[in-house]
Amino acid sequence: MDLRLREDYVAFRAEVAGFLEAHRDKAPTQADRGIKNDKRLAWQRLLIEHGLAARTIPKRYGGYGAAPDILKSRIIGEEFARSGLPKGIANQGVSMLVPTLLELGTEAQKEAYIKPTLEGRMIWCQGYSEPGAGSDLASLTTKAHIEGDDYVINGQKIWTSTAKQADMIFCLVRTEAEAKKHHGISYLIFSMDTPGIEVRPLVDMTEAANFNEVFFTDVRVPRYQIVGKPGEGWQVANATLTHERGMLGDPNAAKTRLLAIAELMQTETVGGARLIDNPVFRDRLVALQARVYAMQANGLRVMTSRIKGEGAGMAGLIVKLQGCELNHELARLALDAMGELGLLYGEDTPYLRDFGQWQARYMYDLGLIIGGGTAQIQKNIIAERGLGLPREPRPAAA
Amino acid sequence: MDFSLSEDQRMLQASIQGFLDTAAPLEAVRKAAGGDVSVPVAISGGLLELGVGQAVIPEAYGGLGLGLLEAALVQEALGSVVAPARFLGGVMAAVGIGAAGDEALKAEWLGKLASGDVAFGVAVTERVGAREGAGVTVRDGKLSGRSLFALDTAAATHVLVCDRGGGLHIAEAGAVRRTPLRTIDRTRDFAELEFDGAPAVALSDGDGGVAADRMLAAGRVLLAADTLGAAQTMLDKAVNYAKERKQFNRVIGSFQSVKHMCAEMAAELEPARALVWHAAHALDEDMDEAALLVCLAKAHLAEVGTFIAKTATEVHGGMGFTDLLGLHYWFKRIGANRQLLGGPEQIRAEAAALQGWQ
Repeated sequence: MDLRLREDYVAFRAEVAGFLEAHRDKAPTQADRGIKNDKRLAWQRLLIEHGLAARTIPKRYGGYGAAPDILKSRIIGEEFARSGLPKGIANQGVSMLVPTLLELGTEAQKEAYIKPTLEGRMIWCQGYSEPGAGSDLASLTTKAHIEGDDYVINGQKIWTSTAKQADMIFCLVRTEAEAKKHHGISYLIFSMDTPGIEVRPLVDMTEAANFNEVFFTDVRVPRYQIVGKPGEGWQVANATLTHERGMLGDPNAAKTRLLAIAELMQTETVGGARLIDNPVFRDRLVALQARVYAMQANGLRVMTSRIKGEGAGMAGLIVKLQGCELNHELARLALDAMGELGLLYGEDTPYLRDFGQWQARYMYDLGLIIGGGTAQIQKNIIAERGLGLPREPRPAAA
Repeated sequence: MDFSLSEDQRMLQASIQGFLDTAAPLEAVRKAAGGDVSVPVAISGGLLELGVGQAVIPEAYGGLGLGLLEAALVQEALGSVVAPARFLGGVMAAVGIGAAGDEALKAEWLGKLASGDVAFGVAVTERVGAREGAGVTVRDGKLSGRSLFALDTAAATHVLVCDRGGGLHIAEAGAVRRTPLRTIDRTRDFAELEFDGAPAVALSDGDGGVAADRMLAAGRVLLAADTLGAAQTMLDKAVNYAKERKQFNRVIGSFQSVKHMCAEMAAELEPARALVWHAAHALDEDMDEAALLVCLAKAHLAEVGTFIAKTATEVHGGMGFTDLLGLHYWFKRIGANRQLLGGPEQIRAEAAALQGWQ
């Protein structure tokens, strides 16, 4: 146990903080709207140039080319949080597609797609889930058959975020109809401008269309747009899922939320009395604080395992389940503390607290409990991989 | 930056676990629970021989100079087998004397503790919250009053007593009237102590309870560690049972309802382990947040422990309710740890006060 930072890391932290302070005027603000806003793209290029984004991606593909260093990545994340400046782009293209192409893409694919993706000029969406293939993703039925030099795709995807803005899609399709469930899938990448693609927004409980449905009707994609071999898309996708799980969230995010709620409870009054003076609310706050601190300590433990190149075991397996549930409960406490004021939503009024963020989070975080592997699937993983309990017996084939 | 146990710490865990496997099997726990005091005496003697009993005493006084993190690892191991050992009281006494005694007193008493010449119990629960009007006052160097739920006093030669003002005193066990208190947790000894002008050595004058609170913090982090160990064993036992027990022609661990109960226990317990390490380490390093972390660890482990004690028992079905399996010793130990030195609600109120949230 040694929670101090080595001197060179302390120096690195100062360097990052200094850079961010010196370039504050270059950073995009709330006013710089739009996914490809000029100021946003210029900021991203500046960050890459100085190793604060795309840090470990090789230089020849448009990255900074540094050796992986988990602690430095974490320091960068912490300094962005401290400065309040927007961090480098971490969309699905950067965090999922780029690592996959680096591992399994052809040289032509790497050269064509990685640099514009890193620079924010090329936006990707993920075509995995289908109406009939959620937790059981491998049962997906969107089909692609070969005609000449093309795959011809028919079917439907769902839960596709940023599909409206996306230039490209990475997509799982069934190419070998006779093969067993996990062996007949291929991983295709293609332009969202391809004829035959229709995107319909899917409005969710937050009243926003965070997701879309994507329909494919005879969509023709050149055969060379496959990543990995035909029928091996499941393995390719699992490589990306590993990358998704490998992303380290901001370790201080939950702590920041907790302090914001404490602040809210110190200012919010009911019947003239501050919420923090109500012993029941105070008790709930501290009970959640204990869980936040436990998850933070768990995060330090997982990070130590990664630095040492060891598996994190159970400490790693529980992060998604516990982290998402905890965030949701934090939002719930904030809502309860606000009482009726916590019902206000979607319109700016003098009664709205914290810009309505808790109302939005309470709903959006429920989506995160379900998305990316539901809580129930997470529990299966913990029980089967972590505790060695047997899998559910498969029903006799119908 | 390294949030993990060192090689030495893992060796300590292994050696203590090895010792306990032979010294504290369930039969020994049953004997001790039935009132056989030879068991706790033997286990505590074994801990002293291993050098573990006096681990937190500085080397200058004959101890190993280890930290509370190491002590917490030992306590976790003790909790994992619900060992009837007098470890907690000794560590708390060593921390209290180390924090409050002047040089001469430390040399004398820590030296005797390290050599095993004396064994300490502690009478401090009134510092946390007096029940039934209990409390000890001091006048002309003599103690008067009562202390409830004094810990590890059955075979103690001395008792470290916290008075109403937070001052610490060493009293000879023979000068105190002791009435055992039978609790749900038969693996530990609790007693009511009555002081009727008992002579005592005062450790410090008017320290305002700083040393007493340091001792309490050590006790609390150890109780959290004890629950961690006990809860891990209950989880392990539940998982093993779920892998063997068959109903409807399947092992019950293949049913999602049972599987998810086990997953929920693991998901709650694993971060709690990191929190206990962090709190103990923070005390050792005198970090700013140490007092807060200890409160959070004690309160959180009380909640997680209670959840696991109930859930693991349920996974065992009717067998979990019987004396045959002995699972109830763990259930009850976790229950005792929850209330001792402050229940979770009270400790969370303290944590709020530490942060000015009041």
